Amino acid sequence: MVKKVKLRILFLLAIILSAILSVFLILKSLEKDVVFFLSPTDVRDLKTIDTKKIRVGGMVKDKSISISSDKINFVITDFKNEISVSYSGSVPNLFAENKGVVAEGFLEDRNYFKAVKILAKHDENYMPPEVKEALGEK
Amino acid sequence: MGLISSILIFTISLKSYYLKAIDKRIFSLSFLQLFFVIISFTSLVICFVISDFSNETVFNNSHTNKPIFYKISGTWGNHEGSLLLWLLVLTLFLFLFLINSRDEPKQYRVLTLVFQQVIIIGFFSFVLFTSNPFNYLFPKPSEGLGLNPILQDPALAIHPPILYVGYVGTSLIFSATLAAVVENYISKDWAKNIKLWILISWVFLTIGIMLGSIWAYYELGWGGFWFWDPVENVSLMPWICLTALIHCILVFEKREILKSWTIILSIATFTLSMCGTFLVRSGILNSVHTFANDPARGIFILSFLFLLIFLSLIIFFFFNKEKQNDSRKVYFLSKEVSVLINNWFLMYFLSVILIGTVYPIFLEVLSDSKISVGPPFYNQLIIPLLIFFLVFMSIGPNFKWIRETNINNKFQLFTLFLFSLFLSYFLFYKFGQSSLTNILLLSASFYLFFVTVKDLFSKNLYNFSKKIAHFGFSLLILSIVLNAILSKEITVNLRVGDKINFENEKISFSSLKSIEKENYQSIVGSFKIENKKKTYEFNPELRIYDQPVIITSEADIKISLFEDKFLVMNTIKGEEYFNVRYQIKPFMIWIWISTLLLAVAGFLSLYNRFHEK
Repeated sequence: MVKKVKLRILFLLAIILSAILSVFLILKSLEKDVVFFLSPTDVRDLKTIDTKKIRVGGMVKDKSISISSDKINFVITDFKNEISVSYSGSVPNLFAENKGVVAEGFLEDRNYFKAVKILAKHDENYMPPEVKEALGEK
Repeated sequence: MGLISSILIFTISLKSYYLKAIDKRIFSLSFLQLFFVIISFTSLVICFVISDFSNETVFNNSHTNKPIFYKISGTWGNHEGSLLLWLLVLTLFLFLFLINSRDEPKQYRVLTLVFQQVIIIGFFSFVLFTSNPFNYLFPKPSEGLGLNPILQDPALAIHPPILYVGYVGTSLIFSATLAAVVENYISKDWAKNIKLWILISWVFLTIGIMLGSIWAYYELGWGGFWFWDPVENVSLMPWICLTALIHCILVFEKREILKSWTIILSIATFTLSMCGTFLVRSGILNSVHTFANDPARGIFILSFLFLLIFLSLIIFFFFNKEKQNDSRKVYFLSKEVSVLINNWFLMYFLSVILIGTVYPIFLEVLSDSKISVGPPFYNQLIIPLLIFFLVFMSIGPNFKWIRETNINNKFQLFTLFLFSLFLSYFLFYKFGQSSLTNILLLSASFYLFFVTVKDLFSKNLYNFSKKIAHFGFSLLILSIVLNAILSKEITVNLRVGDKINFENEKISFSSLKSIEKENYQSIVGSFKIENKKKTYEFNPELRIYDQPVIITSEADIKISLFEDKFLVMNTIKGEEYFNVRYQIKPFMIWIWISTLLLAVAGFLSLYNRFHEK
């Protein structure tokens, strides 16, 4: 009987400990790996530019896309501010001027963003909620 | 159409009748209910087939010049239709359950029926009040808006029904568990009965996830098969939970321990599936997979979900009685404990995914900043524990019930372990990469692989389906790991006639041609990829659909046993440059094969179950 109780307590302890440990681990890496979403205006208002990965979303400005063999340059705008983006990699099908876009990458400075990924969308009518909000009521 | 809506309402009134009357008639009534749902579902399918645009759902999601196959699959390619499908599966399962459980106590069957009806009523009112598939449009439009062409694909056409069978199967587990708790019928017989349903939903969920993943691989043009996207996570969570439940119910069937845990798992599984519906349908998640959404629907599902959770918790706390004669001894080295440890690991993975999926939502509500949680988060948290999990999985399943006294093939296990360590180190050395976690992960997966292979070929045929399932899982992990480590890719912008070198292959873009198809225009590029041994011809395609106007790219994939070569092109701004992505993905085919193996193992186990009877 005593042995059984002991085993139970041991089990319970192990469960609690592992639960605490996992929650701690999860929260810890959440802090590190989370990617924030900003609009070009948010970028302008940033106090410091750090090296963390972020997402920038808005509209691709009219006539701003230019393509060379290894790179695509374009401008993301929220109709208040804009930011130049340079990107090498694959683009989704719905990437086009005057369409919503979300780019993930690193800020070089307040006006220049180096994207490592452009996010795809499935639906031409669909706009990421973030972009919609970043654009405001246009 | 109005006729059918009234039939729906009629069925609802029947429903409330069920709840009061508990007698023999309800069984035939539930057949009637199934019959009505089938009628309304078939009529929706017919509306889609004959392109009856006076129906709003058809108008929004169909078009006359769509192939007939996609007209039918368009029925569940949208919110309203898919909910009707959900209902169909719900009622169908209930019916099958009633047929299949003749030998069970009557009270238990009736109570299961009642709980299931609560869920059915919830979904019925959901369909009727927020998303009626039979809304009437006047004047009748002459042409529909069309189905998103990206959904016009064979794998995705059958993906939702199969996934739904998996999801909805969990609802039956949920109701049956609650019924058994109330009736105090949690016993070996119950475990036997419910195991059938757990296996069915697990098999279908596995296949459903695989189909979605295959679709994402060749259709979305990213060349990956899993993106840790919220919608994918939402289907993975019930799967993990179900997997834990399968193991747990086995222990319960043999030893009648872990009772409360089994109950909690059954409830959790269903709750997670419901959460999935809520998150996907409400549009709270910002996912690339989210199509149309509507907040009213979200609120409805959310309140329904809370109601169910509340209900189940009350039942659990009030009716769950621990048996007093619970004095079985539990030894550390035993199958029970190893299953329990397996469950711990699974729960850990589950909570990582859950938090990763839900945290952004909470943060947005609380602090108004928008974040997204990507693959690095999951990789970092899951991989280290996956290593232990794999090692454990190689050893644990061979323990005996109750108490393992001597681990006989200790030596063999140890040599295998050393061998896999050595093998993965050698592989890394050869490919010139090195990272401690990768080496460990690879050797752990090799280890599991060898052990399961060894088990598979051992003379003892006992529990063959388990061995196949474990082997399938080890193969899955191994191919995913190798795939992740050894994949190579390049993305460039090319014009017709351009050439480029990649690794030791030469890629050249030779020509373009345009073809008119039934409901799209197709632009086919032709690429040549040469290496020292062989020349490959790639013909990736761009499709410009007319209704709605959408461009999709169809990748060209050369599949072989050892690697897939994947080439996809994209147009940018209609200029002469095309965005071309070329990937070499080793062992891709084995990922699908091993997932199929998992499903086959499930089927085999089901077959055994029926054979025994």
